[in-house]
Amino acid sequence: MGQITMTQAINLAIDEAMAEDDGVFCLGEDVSAKQGGGVFKVTAGLTEKYGEQRVRSTPISETAIVGAAVGAALAGQRPICEIMLMNFVAVCMDQIVNHAAKLRFMSGGQTPCPMVLRTTTGVGVGFGGQHSDMLEAWFAHVAGIHVVTPSNAADARGLMRSAIDANDPVIFIENILCYGLQSEDPGVGYRVPLGKAAIAKEGSDISIVTYGRTVLDALEIAGELDKEGISVEVIDLRTIAPYDEETVLASVRKTGRAITLHEAVKPFGPGAEIAANIQEKCWDTLKGPVRRIGGTFSAVPFASQLEQAWIPQKSDLIAQIKASVGKA
Amino acid sequence: MAEIDREQLLDVYTRTMKVNRTDEKFRELLMQGKVAVMYYCVRGQELISGAAMAALEDDDYVVCTYRGQGEQTAKGIPIEKWWGECLGKETGTCKGKGGTMHITDPDTGIMVTTGVVGSGLPIANGLAMASQNNGDGRVTVVSFGDGAANIGAFHEALNMAQLYKLPVVFLCQNNRYGEHTAFADHTSSPDISGRAAGYGMKGVKVDGNDVNQIYPAMVDAVEHARSGKGPVLVEAMCYRMMGHFFGADFSYMPEEHLAEMQAEDPLPKLRKVMLDRQFSEEELDKIVANIDVDINNAVQHALDAPLPSIDEIYKDVLEESA
Repeated sequence: MGQITMTQAINLAIDEAMAEDDGVFCLGEDVSAKQGGGVFKVTAGLTEKYGEQRVRSTPISETAIVGAAVGAALAGQRPICEIMLMNFVAVCMDQIVNHAAKLRFMSGGQTPCPMVLRTTTGVGVGFGGQHSDMLEAWFAHVAGIHVVTPSNAADARGLMRSAIDANDPVIFIENILCYGLQSEDPGVGYRVPLGKAAIAKEGSDISIVTYGRTVLDALEIAGELDKEGISVEVIDLRTIAPYDEETVLASVRKTGRAITLHEAVKPFGPGAEIAANIQEKCWDTLKGPVRRIGGTFSAVPFASQLEQAWIPQKSDLIAQIKASVGKA
Repeated sequence: MAEIDREQLLDVYTRTMKVNRTDEKFRELLMQGKVAVMYYCVRGQELISGAAMAALEDDDYVVCTYRGQGEQTAKGIPIEKWWGECLGKETGTCKGKGGTMHITDPDTGIMVTTGVVGSGLPIANGLAMASQNNGDGRVTVVSFGDGAANIGAFHEALNMAQLYKLPVVFLCQNNRYGEHTAFADHTSSPDISGRAAGYGMKGVKVDGNDVNQIYPAMVDAVEHARSGKGPVLVEAMCYRMMGHFFGADFSYMPEEHLAEMQAEDPLPKLRKVMLDRQFSEEELDKIVANIDVDINNAVQHALDAPLPSIDEIYKDVLEESA
């Protein structure tokens, strides 16, 4: 079937969902053909097939964009809205947190909100402090939302289909630096279930629990450490919330050691929740403390050398793995 | 202006009195201490709800606010379920999980009741967008107060609605107070409807205490939206005759405002219109008496109903737990 990039994968998933269901439509800033099909071209080609009413370029009005998605979802459609960059969710949190997430519960199950909120972000592009943050913890902390992020093109295709199928709001985070990653195309109709992690690499000495771009770092380091006789298991959560606790705990029970790794800042990050949960539930089998690695607790800086230093360092991951397994 | 059809007038009257009797009953229960919940009184705004809901079809959508009792009961929500929800009972529209500020009943088109000022407008656009997408011919009415006109969501929603010519009616019930702050102290423009021009939208300002103004205005607005001509901003002037919420102090309202408010009370004015149109006192009293019987039965039913079971806190979070 050939190779596809993550950009193509997401586009194909949306395309096939729109072809199957008239209720699926896209809205967001610059998503339509007239504006080039999205700032990262993820919705390119869809306007030509489905028309401007189903690929609506919007004003720069994040609250109105998400609110429209919420309303359309309540009416039984399956909107896919785009918030161009993840930092901009800060201006429309009311619609996400007070409405999309809670309307199913507050209505006693009468008004589910089946919508996807696509957003992109990532550190290492030189976008500075207001265009780079990984803010998934904000949403993971609110009941009623799925938070998803792919680390490869095949998963992106399968996760997007499942996100559109879901009868609840899904925050779908795309890392800018991952758009060009290529996978074998898994084909039409491929789905990766929400809430199901992948063992990206099996190992027996330590479990690295991660997601998104840092999966790549973890796999690279795991490959290097294999040569030194340290067997690293890499878990790609794929769904950050609610996450696949079963897979994570089973892995840690096997290895007895764990490190959480993400690009989001370390304090109060998803890794803190996962580490605490591991320590509560795997205490008897743990051979040492669960360690956490995350972005530096400051705004993402602009200058390349600062930005690169801000990101979780591979050298730190190696050092912490070695310290955990007693080979420091 | 053409006279309102007698049958339509009776419909508006019945809906309006339903709102009023519900409001009176709620305050009575709160005063007696039989119920202790947040309640946002609608005294003085009953006619706007009655007229607006009478202008809609049964399957049209409504988005309202915590002060939404009027829209909810006037649209025809089953009142046993309404009272059940307000009293936090298992028999409520939302199994007691929403409460007075989040009444939802999709069967009667009550899609969202929001507790966040201004948040309903963008959601109303989405409901209308769905109708535009699938051509179902529905209109969405979103009700809000003058206070909501100053939050960014108002501006974003009106611009987007006009841009796409969405079938939505923005109904601003200008009760002259945003929470506890008087209109002139929170709004720089002389009115809200004038802002419609800034979006190239049709805007109208009417006396919400006069059935001969508010009802035709809502009929026109709904027709405009349904015909594909786009949204309308209707500003209905009224008075909030009580505090922001039940029990809240409203001694800050100036004496002259209170006198003006009493003189403009929509209910005696509506009654006079009905009598002028040859409805008899007995006929009108009978309507109210029947409403009271239904309300008393619904209240008793709600008081007797079981509380929600504790495991409801885990249900309806995501589909899996439904």
